[in-house]
Amino acid sequence: MSDLWKLGDDIADTAAPDGPVETRWERRQFSAKLVNPANRRKLTVIVVGTGLAGGSAAATLAEAGYRVRSYCYQDSPRRAHSIAAQGGINAAKNYRNDGDSVYRLFYDTVKGGDFRARESNVYRLAQVSVNIIDQCVAQGVPFAREYGGLLDNRSFGGTQVSRTFYARGQTGQQLLLGAYQAMERQIAAGAIEMHARHEMLELIVVDGRARGIVVRDLVTGEITCDFADAVVLASGGYGNVFFLSTNAKGCNVTASWRAHRKGALFANPCYTQIHPTCIPESGTHQSKLTLMSESLRNDGRVWVPQRADDKRAPGDIPEDERDYYLERIYPSFGNLVPRDIASRAAKNVCDEGRGVGPGGLGVYLDFADAIARLGRPAVAAKYGNLFEMYQRITGEDPYEVPMRIYPAVHYTMGGLWVDYDLQSTVPGLFVIGEANFSDHGANRLGASALMQGLADGYFVLPNTISNYLASGPFEPLSADHEAVVAARTAVEDRLSRLLAVDGDRTVDSFHRELGHIMWEYCGMERTEEGLTKAIGLIRGLRDEFWSRVKVPGTGEQLNQNLEKAGRVADFFELAELMCIDALHRRESAGGHFRAESQADDGEALRHDDEFGYVAAWEHGETPTLHKENLEFEYVHPSTRSYK
Amino acid sequence: MNLSVRVWRQSGPDDKGRMVTYDVKDISPDASFLEMLDVLNEKLILDGDDPVAFDHDCREGICGMCGMMINGVAHGPERATTTCQLHMRHFADGDVIDVEPWRASAFPVIKDLVVDRSAFDRIIQAGGYITAPTGTAPDAHATPVPKADADAAFEAATCIGCGACVAACPNGSSMLFTAAKVAHLGLLPQGQPERDGRVLDMIDAQDEAGFGGCTNMGECTTVCPKGIPLNLIGRLNTDYRKAARTPH
Repeated sequence: MSDLWKLGDDIADTAAPDGPVETRWERRQFSAKLVNPANRRKLTVIVVGTGLAGGSAAATLAEAGYRVRSYCYQDSPRRAHSIAAQGGINAAKNYRNDGDSVYRLFYDTVKGGDFRARESNVYRLAQVSVNIIDQCVAQGVPFAREYGGLLDNRSFGGTQVSRTFYARGQTGQQLLLGAYQAMERQIAAGAIEMHARHEMLELIVVDGRARGIVVRDLVTGEITCDFADAVVLASGGYGNVFFLSTNAKGCNVTASWRAHRKGALFANPCYTQIHPTCIPESGTHQSKLTLMSESLRNDGRVWVPQRADDKRAPGDIPEDERDYYLERIYPSFGNLVPRDIASRAAKNVCDEGRGVGPGGLGVYLDFADAIARLGRPAVAAKYGNLFEMYQRITGEDPYEVPMRIYPAVHYTMGGLWVDYDLQSTVPGLFVIGEANFSDHGANRLGASALMQGLADGYFVLPNTISNYLASGPFEPLSADHEAVVAARTAVEDRLSRLLAVDGDRTVDSFHRELGHIMWEYCGMERTEEGLTKAIGLIRGLRDEFWSRVKVPGTGEQLNQNLEKAGRVADFFELAELMCIDALHRRESAGGHFRAESQADDGEALRHDDEFGYVAAWEHGETPTLHKENLEFEYVHPSTRSYK
Repeated sequence: MNLSVRVWRQSGPDDKGRMVTYDVKDISPDASFLEMLDVLNEKLILDGDDPVAFDHDCREGICGMCGMMINGVAHGPERATTTCQLHMRHFADGDVIDVEPWRASAFPVIKDLVVDRSAFDRIIQAGGYITAPTGTAPDAHATPVPKADADAAFEAATCIGCGACVAACPNGSSMLFTAAKVAHLGLLPQGQPERDGRVLDMIDAQDEAGFGGCTNMGECTTVCPKGIPLNLIGRLNTDYRKAARTPH
């Protein structure tokens, strides 16, 4: 405890059934109330976001007969950032006969999350993973296949089986097009009303229930209120708080943050995933970072020179003067250690002065051995598009010169707290995909984000939301209801305030500076001193933002800077909570590494007795911490070792 | 590098629009084209001018949101490259660069370089899907798909829906976009039951949306950032003739 936060009551009920983990989902589905097909058309559900989670949920709810209204800020639902996922999607199919099973996927995910996820949820995720692949194939998702016509698999970080299904280097786009096409079919059928180029700016809560949203039409600037019987947020993660990340430029926390301010608890905000294989920064113009799929680590070998400040070209450094440090430190997983481990190892060798490229912020990812072993055509068939992408951005040919990579912010495990039904602490507000905190604990394994997004949207939410909707339809709302007017006025006032400052600094300049603070003090390594300093810096910068930001134009037009300004304003508030969460968690777990809590060999040191809980924060002048204590009945917490 | 960019400025759908010249200075050759526009916009904002509106999101060449005519070529001079993946090292110091929005009657300009591409969604709505409601689907291995078909379906499915094909086509035709989806789904066994209806309905939808007809110019495939091949249009025509002759 400190003056930065208060301790509240523990979270008593997660709505998860007890008893054998294998049958919990089946029993929850049976106990959940149903809505009969004739009544479903009387119920409206708003879905915010059209990525894998939101797209699949909207399509499935509409197919079931609910009236769905869907929102996205892009010009088409097909463009949500799930589209950029490269590597693949996990499923416990055991098509390779290599010992995989639902239990092993469950085990790997709980362990990979550093024992900070809820067992019930993770087991369900592993169970429905097999249905996802079947569903996607039925929709025409063109997964990679072998010559016999069956599906191919590859292995991915943090596991020792091959359970990852993929579509070249664009699995995300292919899965998203599957969900998008299912949505478009429902739009044509009149079951989904689609609102592209709209942004949710407030949640409407009436009598304690989520009943609608306030949105801004990004083309005309018009503010409208939309009402429903339930609201589903599928609005993605908050990695853009760092300014530079692998997220799309538009990704933001506003929908989640507005819901948080209206009573939804925000869980584990400090758990951020820094992905080890991204293209390093090239200069101050940099607007985003580009990921190179983790699948590259299947065949690429990571190394740095043994000596510090070795300026020779990679080809001039002889084999015995190279340090394949992942293979050396982690012989059993080698280059396939989980992301948090690989990222921190890269940071460590760069801190030792052995980094390569401009500023010494990079390590090599070398395919020379793979090309010698498999031949260039085989390497090209597997990774060709990734190599092209690398060459396009850097101007270097990875067939000839090793790639240079460096960690970058990629995914956020934290998010709005949800129970087993994926319902937040605001009744009627459901949160799915990256926007919620569930399933990945303190670190997400590769190829598990696509799995979770589609699990939530296709199979989990449509079965749990009926339990809530069965008490509806709720009383019709009108635009002059007190709560509606208040929500709408709050949005209008906020936009007016942003436009009225008329200062002398651009939104981007503030966002960039905020990102620097977060990367420096709340990035790959965190300390009490650094986090305390960061909180002061963030507060100072936030005050400066509200007195010096310059937002050109008006609110009644397409105004991309006004959109950005609102998002950055919310990032300031989130950034402070992330630092407070990171400060309070005086242990290292997964993507959260506290320098004060490490083992003798420099590996992360958890403190299960003290911190074996989900930290769920209630909004307030001083945030209040509610703990959901985690119980491990099946996968007993141990020191996570990949050595 | 220092450059002059001549940018199409149009305040809204009803404005006539015009080209405006701006100087941009100290651009790194490693910057992307959109990052160069970011630099321009930062300056415009501080000067009290209206920044240039342009669509963009992932900035890694996959979301399909960005797109502009650069020196008259959709997505600019590099083959198989989206605007966001075009880097300034492909230009020379002192260059004058023309930047315009996609030009097609089916893609009306919203503001500056931002256009309305919702007509593409309407083409998909007409039949660009396989009807497979969420539920217990057959096991993924129940129907093997020959690798050649699966690979060809994937190649067609790589279309990102950016609209460069339409912008480059002298007729403003969306044939390559439609053909890619028809091929993706038509090459797979799961896509067979709806194959005939799909192609007929999607062609109707693209005509209704105001896209022009295809006269096999091939400009579309030349600018396509994903290299969708022209022969898919032939495949679409074959499918269309067959479907049109079959009584339904």
